[in-house]
Amino acid sequence: MTTKELELFALDIRTEIVKAIAKKGGGHIGGSLTIADLLAVLYGNVMRYDPKVPDWEGRDFLISSKGHAGPALYAALALKGFFPMEWLQKLNIEGTTLPGHCDRLKVPGIDATTGSLGQGASIAAGIALGLKKQHKDGQYVYCITGDGESAEGQVWEAAAFAGHFHLSNLIFFLDWNKKQIDGTNDEVMSLMDPMKKYSAFGWYTMCVNGADVSEIENAISYAKHNCGGRPIFIALDVVKGSGVPCIEEVENNHCIGVPPALAEKALSQLEEHRRKLVEE
Amino acid sequence: MSEIIYTGAAPKAEISSVFSSTLEELFHQDSSVVYIDADLMGSMKTKELWKKYPDNVINTGIQEANMIGVAAGLYLTGMKPYVHSFSPFASRRVFDQVFLSIGYAGKSIRIIGSDAGIMATYNGGTHMCFEDIAMMCTIPGVCVIDVSDAAMFRSLLIQTKDRPGVTYFRTARRGLPDVYSDDTEFRIGEGKLISDGSDVTIIASGIMVGTAIEAAGILKEKGVSAEVIDPITIKPLDRELIISSAKKTGAVVTAENHSIHGGLGAEVASLLSGEYPVPVMMVGIEDRFGQVGNEKYLREQYGLTADNIAEKALAAINKKR
Repeated sequence: MTTKELELFALDIRTEIVKAIAKKGGGHIGGSLTIADLLAVLYGNVMRYDPKVPDWEGRDFLISSKGHAGPALYAALALKGFFPMEWLQKLNIEGTTLPGHCDRLKVPGIDATTGSLGQGASIAAGIALGLKKQHKDGQYVYCITGDGESAEGQVWEAAAFAGHFHLSNLIFFLDWNKKQIDGTNDEVMSLMDPMKKYSAFGWYTMCVNGADVSEIENAISYAKHNCGGRPIFIALDVVKGSGVPCIEEVENNHCIGVPPALAEKALSQLEEHRRKLVEE
Repeated sequence: MSEIIYTGAAPKAEISSVFSSTLEELFHQDSSVVYIDADLMGSMKTKELWKKYPDNVINTGIQEANMIGVAAGLYLTGMKPYVHSFSPFASRRVFDQVFLSIGYAGKSIRIIGSDAGIMATYNGGTHMCFEDIAMMCTIPGVCVIDVSDAAMFRSLLIQTKDRPGVTYFRTARRGLPDVYSDDTEFRIGEGKLISDGSDVTIIASGIMVGTAIEAAGILKEKGVSAEVIDPITIKPLDRELIISSAKKTGAVVTAENHSIHGGLGAEVASLLSGEYPVPVMMVGIEDRFGQVGNEKYLREQYGLTADNIAEKALAAINKKR
């Protein structure tokens, strides 16, 4: 996809996130919107997958260790044809096939069940090692972590493990929006310098503008060629709720109610963005 | 033909050696079998395997939570994980990881928790796990095995290679006398009737099976006929065998190297209270923490003795209506 097509895809993902969460009346909108650009890049140009065969053995894996970003992954998967778009309207309701947190048994295309933070990081590392042990070269494991999540010890167990085993087929992204449920990272639990931390664990590290699809795509490609046999860590510098100003400006926007008026405003802002993008 | 060979003497092979040789057998049988340990290979006599089978053996270092997650990831690439640590670290410390990354997520794993209960001996209270059965039994679809001897351990390690869900073994590492002859066949959910009796049923698992056989001997001298059952798997429990024995004897004693809260005794009592209520007395750890000691000392401390089982058996008989 071209850069403009990726940007439009990211807009589509955001639009579906807002519609699905608004239909339910609220949800984890902040940390879902922030990864829309990353998902557009991954599903648009980077990952190998087959929507008709979600568990295809030769696929690349994507784990959202921050399991509450389920709505973002579901939007991308539906747009890519893993399941009907109508499913999105049943997000997190009784008897749903789309629980708010990622669920591999219920949702085609979801590779790991996550929600208890930190666990996806280890699962991703295990997949990466399993692929290496079986000499399945060329397959990558992508894992999205959160900055609040990075207070979990298990994340750093996985980081040490991946560094020790030189898992160069593993790429961690950090949704570095600097906010968590009870406040900013600095108020609740400082993350310090994540690049230095991962670097100390033996990872190749980068930091990019997480709202820029070209920067993200170039970083992935560059890191793969320059990681020197190390696992890759890419921090996505973003604003929580990114891409939708009326959500960005909500101070505590981790998991919020999205009444019809807010949803309408969000959708009109997204539509305005789309109009400008198409006119460019 | 299979037979009960318990004499109380030292076993032909220690559990740790059986673990190592059985894993090697499994590696040859199925190249997707993978054994993961968290820096306790030296304790489980598996360090040779680590060198010999680099594609099948992984040492995560001392990070048990990550070990379970890594096993979950390996499963997604088609591998069949067996993971080991001491029982408190293979259960209590990683319960959320086992519950969610494996159980809820519909994967398959075999967890071996060694030095179960008092068998942690001189590692003391910090390493003495009396609650693993209680926790693990709450995972839907789990299979919980309290290992009674080497033959049973080997058979079920092999048999559960392709079993879906969580399979949890708790076991001693050494000093577990042989109970069953090598040709004995074991099945999940199928208990063993070790000896027939008519006055009381002793249901014992793990290291208490031999003790229960000794207790039946003590009772016999007193003119009491005790039936002895090893459930083999605490979950699923052999409902038919236990209910039919309770119907025959009308009184039950359970014996386990585990807390009486949530263990074998609780599972048996739960079953019988609904299906065929009879007095159920429990021998097990009664609301206490662990401590340092050798096996004999700890058995006396917690009442995990043949005399105590016999005493509880007589008490259960007295409670019959």
